Amino acid sequence: MNSIKDRAALIAQAAQKMNKEVYNDSNMKKIITPRHELQRQSGKVVTLEEAIKRTGLKDGMTISFHHHFRGGDKVINMVVDKLAEMGFKNLHLASSSLIDVHEPLIEHIRNGVITQISTSGLRGKLANEISHGLMKEPVVFRSHGSRGYAIKSGELHIDVAFLGASSSDPLGNAAGFSTSENAKSICGSLGYALPDAKYADHTVILTDDLVDYPNQHNAISEADVEFVVVVDSVGDSSKISSGAIRDTKNPRDILLAKQAAKVVMNSGYFENGFSLQTGSGGASLAVTKYLRQGMIDKGIKASFALGGITSHMVKLHQEGLIDRLIDVQSFDKVAAESLMNDCKHKSVSANEYAAMLEPGSATHYLDVVILSALEVDVNFNVNVLVGSDGIIRGAIGGHPDTAADSALSVIVCPLLRGRIPCVVEEVTTLITPGSNVDVVVTEYGIAVNPNRPEIKKRLEDAGMNIVDIHDLADKARKIIGTPDPLPFGDKVVGVVLNRDGSVQDVIKNITE
Amino acid sequence: MEVKNAAAGTLESGDILIQIAPAQQAGLHIDLDSTVAYQFGAQIKKVITETLTGLGLENADVKATDKGALDCTIRARATAAFVRATGKDVWAD
Repeated sequence: MNSIKDRAALIAQAAQKMNKEVYNDSNMKKIITPRHELQRQSGKVVTLEEAIKRTGLKDGMTISFHHHFRGGDKVINMVVDKLAEMGFKNLHLASSSLIDVHEPLIEHIRNGVITQISTSGLRGKLANEISHGLMKEPVVFRSHGSRGYAIKSGELHIDVAFLGASSSDPLGNAAGFSTSENAKSICGSLGYALPDAKYADHTVILTDDLVDYPNQHNAISEADVEFVVVVDSVGDSSKISSGAIRDTKNPRDILLAKQAAKVVMNSGYFENGFSLQTGSGGASLAVTKYLRQGMIDKGIKASFALGGITSHMVKLHQEGLIDRLIDVQSFDKVAAESLMNDCKHKSVSANEYAAMLEPGSATHYLDVVILSALEVDVNFNVNVLVGSDGIIRGAIGGHPDTAADSALSVIVCPLLRGRIPCVVEEVTTLITPGSNVDVVVTEYGIAVNPNRPEIKKRLEDAGMNIVDIHDLADKARKIIGTPDPLPFGDKVVGVVLNRDGSVQDVIKNITE
Repeated sequence: MEVKNAAAGTLESGDILIQIAPAQQAGLHIDLDSTVAYQFGAQIKKVITETLTGLGLENADVKATDKGALDCTIRARATAAFVRATGKDVWAD
């Protein structure tokens, strides 16, 4: 005989050998609730306090956030306020970046709630206080690509990620936009949050639009989400396109953008199928507008545009001039809506976007990047983090990642900003090494890195005004005079990591 | 030289607002507030002082609010403020 009863002994034997239980049918109970009701209930939907408690967060652990809402972000302040109220101390805050709006963190640092910060950048009063020595431990600065990779590799271990999303279903399928009629916010790509969602020990989604299951098309999967918290607002979308990613009307920025577009068109890389990225900053974002006409005139189409995607990029894509958009961060509402509606506009996680050690990083396949700078020095080193007054006022972003990986990196930068020189003898802080910087465009001429004589020749042949970068620095100094040395102290307030994980520079405190 | 309250300049980036008032004490007193004070404070005060004393002004309270102006701008604003404060038209010749 060979009925299941006859095989019971063999089943028990097999189970024992495999170190497993024997199946017991009386443990099984069918759920009979109608599924349209069931999908609205989920044990994952809890209050913020409940979520924090149930993740098991403890003093000294690492919490993470994304900054896709930029100046409109409400999640970081909301969560850290709650953590302070619950009595947490010594937390390590690892955000993809921090902006002016995160000024309330100053009090939480003073009160010992936050004692360590990892970020791509700092701005506003928080940056000013930290530059003056607010924190005991230096802030650790990473590029977007290296943050993504550090999270994947475990170098930056995240205990609990608190990630804002414009929609989520009760199971945690979440996106940076919402297709429901109750949509309250939109930030587009959640690229910087994707490594956090995937590799954090616990992931909490905060959303201002709880939608029916299944939420499509989601960037974050329910499999990675432990709790879903419904809040009034995760962010003010109208404040995304402000600050460093405003649309410029400044005539000097426009002049720089036109020159940079001309550099790209004559660089040798302007051919069918080329790929393109523009970094934050008025002039660099505006380059796309001026490349457009060149592309139409010469019948050239780009294969993809990468990075912070703007409405200008979307326009070129819709006109058929750029085939695909790869979006780690949507720089404005038009870009965010395009991501929602267009299947050739895809989002990408930070480490697949720009990590040095990730073989498939999109930056490895990037031809041209146009970037801005606070300072460039005579060795083509670039600083985008610390102001010429020694105070932190920017973000590394993807600057070193894209400059290193692209075939051609172009920096647009005025010679002076007011009385602040932008072409200097030595940058205040080293962010992107000069070996990765090919061309510097200023309103007083274009400097080409001596490593790239072929580029210099092509631009000269095109009749462009090529100058020696030392002459630009001299010109700046002649106009403004020689600055007095900055009042740096002896305390290290920031550590800048290279994208290979090594320590590249430190930032000292300012004493006055 | 008689001085009344007068000002020249704006608070735009790259400009400087210079306000001249009658001196409370003898001498030229400059109160400077600058976005680039760390690196250029001394130089800005020197340019204002040289410009005003060069025009013959020795007693005045000067408040300068600087937004990163270049020396040429500082000289122009200081001169204009002087003309308005003293009624002496230095461009007349």
